Amino acid sequence: MITVHQLTKSYRGVTAVDDVSFTARPGRVTGFLGPNGAGKSTTMRIMVGLTPASSGHVEVLGGRYADLPNPGLEIGVLLDASAQHAGRTGREILTLAARTMGLPTTRVTEMLARVSLTEKEAERRVRNYSLGMRQRLGIATALIGDPGVLVLDEPSNGLDPAGIRWMRDLLREYADQGGTVLLSSHLLHEIEVIADDLVVIGNGRIVAQGTKQELLAAAGTVVASADNARLAGALAEAGLGAAVSAGGSLHIDADAHEVGRIALAVGVPLTELRPADSAGLEEMFLELTAQSQRDSRPGPITPEGAAA
Amino acid sequence: MSTLTTTPDRAVVVAPRPRREVRPIPTSRIIRVELRKMFNTRSGFWLLTSIGVLSVVATGAVIIFAPESDVTYETFASAIGFPMSVILPVIAILAVTSEWSQRSGLTTFTLVPSRGRVVGAKAVAILVVGIVSMLVAFAIGAVGNVVGSALAGVDTVWNIGLADAPQIVLGNLVGMAIGFTLGVVLRNSAAAIVGYFVVSLVLPGILVLLAQVREWFTDLQPWIDWNTSQVALFAGQTSTAREWAQLGSTTMIWIVIPLVVGLVLLRRSEVK
Repeated sequence: MITVHQLTKSYRGVTAVDDVSFTARPGRVTGFLGPNGAGKSTTMRIMVGLTPASSGHVEVLGGRYADLPNPGLEIGVLLDASAQHAGRTGREILTLAARTMGLPTTRVTEMLARVSLTEKEAERRVRNYSLGMRQRLGIATALIGDPGVLVLDEPSNGLDPAGIRWMRDLLREYADQGGTVLLSSHLLHEIEVIADDLVVIGNGRIVAQGTKQELLAAAGTVVASADNARLAGALAEAGLGAAVSAGGSLHIDADAHEVGRIALAVGVPLTELRPADSAGLEEMFLELTAQSQRDSRPGPITPEGAAA
Repeated sequence: MSTLTTTPDRAVVVAPRPRREVRPIPTSRIIRVELRKMFNTRSGFWLLTSIGVLSVVATGAVIIFAPESDVTYETFASAIGFPMSVILPVIAILAVTSEWSQRSGLTTFTLVPSRGRVVGAKAVAILVVGIVSMLVAFAIGAVGNVVGSALAGVDTVWNIGLADAPQIVLGNLVGMAIGFTLGVVLRNSAAAIVGYFVVSLVLPGILVLLAQVREWFTDLQPWIDWNTSQVALFAGQTSTAREWAQLGSTTMIWIVIPLVVGLVLLRRSEVK
């Protein structure tokens, strides 16, 4: 469990993180989503004490990160896969982590196998690693202490599609076993497939947060029926404007339950009723982040019912 | 179709994993890890290896080139001592700065959040490496002295007393401490190495020159110039209370004060 309380970080007048609060819960994958430079990495560095906060604080497993007696056993952290001594071998980097945590070196071999780095690759110096191999090594470093919490900054950068799939399954399994997973990304689709909860950040401010279902619902509903004109009329009567999408179905800014109820009331048989898919969320993401980039001091925009 | 890959509804609340008991990381373990880090990179490995190699090369050079009258332990010790006095401070510098220049500090300070403990462990590891290196160098020099004098057909001369040895060791430790301090203050490998050569090669010359042309500085110079103190230690000539006080003064100016300031800044700085 990680709780971020009103975190703010300023650099000589530039506010990189502005009053950010959210919680990453056990058993769930929390996606931290935002464009490049939105403040994701800074927030994560503050979490683990690498960057001091200007104000606010982060609670990790009920206390300060710096007070954890052996952090590697409780929180696995991957902030930047390239931040390793280029002259060390992959195996050596894992060995250092294992030794620091007081783990037997057999864990190193186990972890290399877990992240699919071969013995031969493990003996190579990190200088010669591809970004994907560095990510695997970084994930191995994060997992080696078998922690209950994972904090990963853009972990799928540089991974091939099979690697991304592998990591998604790994994180899913971790959360299903009761672990807390916080991962950041600037790619909406990637987060959307794996996350249970979403925190969207733009220009240092949280612009939306909630469960994925809530945010998808906020992105609207797509409906089609035998008589779209009549349904649109009924929706308009209920105060809901409908946009006609490419396939002829209607896109409404309301949840499926409400749309279905209205359709039932006017007796129009539905042929399709579903939440607006990723396109809806993507639109919202672009809109929210674009807005925070344009306006000088916007208030945080939180979809109704989605505020934590 | 497109919703096929999304995660299933997670209505069931998963029980959080129970926290296991975690014991604090003992300092001895951090020291051992820091020692290992000094050897397990290519640059670190070759720097440490070069101490042994250069000691042997220097010993060989003395045997081959030195006139018979100079085949004494002191000649061997100073031939070996010169490369040591350059390499050991560089090792001390890199032990600190590589965490920033190579960015491995991101992992190091995440696994051990107390930066003071990490830097302290580095200091101990550097001290161990320094002392062991010097013992090895003394031993190689002793073998060289025995072999060299036998080859030259002269008596083996042991003209460095046991009393001088600690001063030579201390002299090298002063150099390592200066390197360590520069590493802590600058936190950048290139800057700290250049800085070390400035304060060890350029600055003493300027101070000596200044002492020669400005009378008021003549008495002050030994209190400020750490190189003068170090040279005295290498020669085993720090004996009077005044000389020890001068060593204390230069240590305060070049090591203690900058180290304290550097440590305060290091603990507050951002690790990127």
